[in-house]
Amino acid sequence: MSVDTSAAVRSQEENWQPVLELAVEEVFEIMVGCRVKPAPISEPKPNGEFTAMIGLAGSLCGVLTVGCDAQTARQLAKGMLGDIVSSKDQVSDALGEICNMVAGNFKNKLTGMDGRCLLSVPTVISGGEYQFRSLAAGNVLDVCVLFEGAPVAVRLELHG
Amino acid sequence: MEKIRALIVDDSSVMRKIVERSLRQAGIELEKVVEASNGREALEALRENRVDLILCDINMPIMDGLEFVQQMHTVENAKGVPVVMITTEGSESHVVQALSSGARGYIRKPFTPDQVKEHVLPLLRKKL
Repeated sequence: MSVDTSAAVRSQEENWQPVLELAVEEVFEIMVGCRVKPAPISEPKPNGEFTAMIGLAGSLCGVLTVGCDAQTARQLAKGMLGDIVSSKDQVSDALGEICNMVAGNFKNKLTGMDGRCLLSVPTVISGGEYQFRSLAAGNVLDVCVLFEGAPVAVRLELHG
Repeated sequence: MEKIRALIVDDSSVMRKIVERSLRQAGIELEKVVEASNGREALEALRENRVDLILCDINMPIMDGLEFVQQMHTVENAKGVPVVMITTEGSESHVVQALSSGARGYIRKPFTPDQVKEHVLPLLRKKL
């Protein structure tokens, strides 16, 4: 299939949902040291005290976010670093890297992207009083996993 | 086994620590670890430090890893020092670009300590 076909259309035709799930599972297992599986749809969404986001541009356009509560973000950082996590900056940095690796791992699994999809540097927002709204207006892929019993939400919003 | 001096370049301090830990887990004894958060800082670090190995991310602000690899040969201390890219950019074109710019190895994130060992140890054989 041509890469000129809209990524949002391709994501539906080629069913990218399991690809994103696998990308998330691998990052958690290898870098956080924890096996996770997608949680049921009924799982409540995390309150999103920490949200990491990364932009995708080129043959795949959109934004990927990883959100969780503050305690979970801290535990994720500990999973990556051990017990040397000392600051909020390190927690943000760790969540940003998870977001970066999920996005990279996901696009590396798709055929036909070969260097034509670029990633931005990740950004992390902390605090509860905000709303996130992407103008991507295309297909949305959601993966929610439970990490130490708490939900971590991964969302990929593709441009239409 | 001789101890080595490593330069780790990544805009994430968390990732720099993980890379350092992976080197130690690979059985590599580190005499010194120099850190830089982008290519420009890495060039400055190389002017002030002699290192035996460089591990470098690609996507970084200010100066990315590919530009750093292209420019590092202008620094006397960098001559002959092997560079291994550690990055989320896994496309063939990125690999080709990095290797043709002078990188000696390429590791995709997420990575295991075994992958670091597999890519780094052969480059250090003469040193070790």
